[in-house]
Amino acid sequence: MSLQENSAGRQVPTEINGREAIPYMGVGGRKMDGHKAAPLIRSAADYPDSGDKRVDNLKAALVNAGLRDGMVISTHHHFRNGDLIANQIFDIAKELGVKDLVWFPSASFPCHEHLIQYLEDGTIHHIEGSMNGPLGAFCTAGKMRGMGVLRSHGGRWQAISDGDMHIDIAVIAAPTADAFGNATGDRGPSACGLLGFALADSLYADHVIAVTDNLVPFPCLPWQIQGNNVDQVVEVEQVGIPEKIVSGTTQITKSPDRLLIAEHCAKFVRDTGIMRDGFSFQAGAGGTALSFAIYLKEMMIQAGVTAGFVRGGSNKYLVEMLEEGLTPVILDGQTFDLDGVRSMRENAGHQNTSPFTSYNFHGKGNFASMLDVVILGATEVDTDFNANVVTHTDGRLLHGIGGWQNCLASKCTILAVPSFRNRIPVILDEVTTLCGPGELIDVIATERGLCINPRRTDLLEASKGSSVPILEIHDLKREVERICGGAPQRAKTTDELVAAIQWVDGTTIDCVRGLS
Amino acid sequence: MSTSQELPSESWSGSAGARGPKVRSDCWVGLELAESGGLELELVSTVESYYGDGIRSLLRTGCEALGLVNVKLRVEDGGAYPWVMMARLEAAARDAGIAGEDWLPEVDAVATTTTSRDRFRRSRLYLPGNEPKYMINAALHGPDAIILDLEDSVAPSAKAAARLIVRNALRQVDFGVAERMVRINQGELGLGDLEFIAEHGCHLVLIPKVEDPEEVRAVDRRLSELTDAPVLLMPIIESAKGVINAHSIAEASERTVALTIGLEDYTADLGVQRTRDGRESLFARQTVINAARAAGLQAIDTVHSDVSDPEGLRAAVMEARGLGFEGKGCIHPRQIPIVHEAFLPSEAEVSKACKIVLAFRDAEARGLGVVSLGSKMIDPPVVKRALKTVEQAVQGGILIESWESEEGSA
Repeated sequence: MSLQENSAGRQVPTEINGREAIPYMGVGGRKMDGHKAAPLIRSAADYPDSGDKRVDNLKAALVNAGLRDGMVISTHHHFRNGDLIANQIFDIAKELGVKDLVWFPSASFPCHEHLIQYLEDGTIHHIEGSMNGPLGAFCTAGKMRGMGVLRSHGGRWQAISDGDMHIDIAVIAAPTADAFGNATGDRGPSACGLLGFALADSLYADHVIAVTDNLVPFPCLPWQIQGNNVDQVVEVEQVGIPEKIVSGTTQITKSPDRLLIAEHCAKFVRDTGIMRDGFSFQAGAGGTALSFAIYLKEMMIQAGVTAGFVRGGSNKYLVEMLEEGLTPVILDGQTFDLDGVRSMRENAGHQNTSPFTSYNFHGKGNFASMLDVVILGATEVDTDFNANVVTHTDGRLLHGIGGWQNCLASKCTILAVPSFRNRIPVILDEVTTLCGPGELIDVIATERGLCINPRRTDLLEASKGSSVPILEIHDLKREVERICGGAPQRAKTTDELVAAIQWVDGTTIDCVRGLS
Repeated sequence: MSTSQELPSESWSGSAGARGPKVRSDCWVGLELAESGGLELELVSTVESYYGDGIRSLLRTGCEALGLVNVKLRVEDGGAYPWVMMARLEAAARDAGIAGEDWLPEVDAVATTTTSRDRFRRSRLYLPGNEPKYMINAALHGPDAIILDLEDSVAPSAKAAARLIVRNALRQVDFGVAERMVRINQGELGLGDLEFIAEHGCHLVLIPKVEDPEEVRAVDRRLSELTDAPVLLMPIIESAKGVINAHSIAEASERTVALTIGLEDYTADLGVQRTRDGRESLFARQTVINAARAAGLQAIDTVHSDVSDPEGLRAAVMEARGLGFEGKGCIHPRQIPIVHEAFLPSEAEVSKACKIVLAFRDAEARGLGVVSLGSKMIDPPVVKRALKTVEQAVQGGILIESWESEEGSA
């Protein structure tokens, strides 16, 4: 495997898992032409006229789909840690003696630790998708045969639609579906809101299996997955564990320091005039981001300001803003709690979206670049405003990229991070793993104050007179090192590449090395 | 590095700190003295891959400084800052009966702030003296004062270790513009506490459960023996007897700048429940306010113990302010902005005060002995109160600092 230095100065491979890999060429640096990938031609004549595509069980469906060695199998993560289907697919593959599969999820969760045995016994060759928790640790230890490939939500759509990743079989767990394969996420015992992360899979995979525990008479209304893209429908006892689907991500933080970060962000958005009639924002699912939305809501009420639209991750706080008239629309990419699910069913202004509409770089625009402000997290940032979201300073792979890279396209990107965590500095000279280039990151918001990217002279000017402390990032780094007792030692890594980090255009921005 | 064998705690000659998987920003140190063999160091740290080398080097330096030559040392670290680990090692050595030198961290430039007698003391944030994790970011929440508490929030078994944490925190932690207070223990224990704080940048000592002026004088005398620094005092009245003696307590020492009240202990002393409307303590609170004012001191109210009740806190502060208190104790950082806001004068009060201050400046400029506003003569105490109101308004951010020139030009 040969390495090449990309335009961010990182050594990256020119081949990943047997495919040619293009090193990162800078923001907007890669120009593409030609056609996108296309799905197979299928004929209605080959499907039942009755529209009833049901088969007995998932195993029969996988056999019908021609499951064999080396295939790429995709699943979505709308059920988060309550997913019951992904593990079953590989249990069946193991039973059938199929080897070397590639799992291509839109994200993995701790419940997928079950799959480590299949990585070990050869059923699964490698995973291309966010790897959290135990799977991340497994990968960083260099135990996975292929390289992990981490993509943003938009980058996953790009990889599928450009043909970088070809899906052989997509299994789409659906909270409600009909026998034709129309499916929705907003109702049923395992309701998860929407199914946007499975949309590309349904359009581009060679074979699509819908799995549901709530089969309704045709037509399933509304539908986000169209039955015309679905080959087979399987009815099962249970697709997900409801209480784990809408899990604890929507707890507001009680940490006074994190509340302070959230308050700083909201005041900054107010004082710089970003908060004005018709503005838009997106805040993620973490405790700090949720608290930001709550502070901002209060400030909007005080100032009599209403938003033009907000982007979710929806939760009860965004739903309150919608139902109290503070925003006419939620453009929702994934639903984090039951209030979000209910609102999606009941409110016309609560619109389901997909990575195509919100994030895909190889489209004719997307929603992320239209956002006035977005609040994100990070594991590390450096004094050039570059940021890391997948590994910690010790080099362990612990988080996925999610929509993070895609959101950097917004007009003002704020990374809300503590300046250190339990003696571990977050502000460094150089990030361990580069996930987002500093030129797209405008503000680092910490409990000690905000650092504004010197490129954003407009924001520096607009923040004058704000009560939020504005700091120079090198000063903040010095202060953090004074508290923590110097700069931390760097991770001791091997030469082995264990995972690649893809940029939104399909190029490789960095990679993760094994730990020694 | 071997981490498998954990010795039962009985076998350590000395130990200090907090241990277990939930420990943050702190560590546990156990040491066993030996006849020979030099230093045997066993370290388990959540920040091993970040600071492992530095931690080992710090511990070696510490053993040398504390005169620990032949010793088996086990450190379980959950991300302790260097000054915390230093305090824990020193505490473990003392626990083992090693009466060596103090192992003092440098006095950081951020820890050399000063205070003044008549500064605002609207909010004071209590920080348990043996919990370093709460100290490091306390100042960011903007309290007028922080209190490193050696008394009720510290378990009896941790008193000795807490003294070293508080001492090192005073030397190392950036408390910003907050006044640096320490609440000592009662009686002899409290007088002993002073040795660990007097010379290390403590601005003010809170003396708990004061019932007799002699208790204040004893602290004053001990401070004078220990330091030339102008350390201030704030006695806490927490009993029926203390309330009766409030005035003599207030006047017991030149160092005293404020009198405060602790209602949990006071209501317990009376044998009554502490209620929301506080009728049972009205007499005590008014007595303390009156005693403080008579002695020219600030009167500072008790804490609001329900953290999840911001509206109750706001109402309590408004009531306290109405009675004559100038400050309130806080047990959670999120209480601070509420307290500051509730102590702010109203718009009408500020506007009236500004007019009086302008009239006062005008009289001064013209060399007049009498201040008048329209046809009304303004008494000196009214002017004094107006000056204070204006200062509060400026500090609270509801009046710009250059308001006089703005008004003048308008």
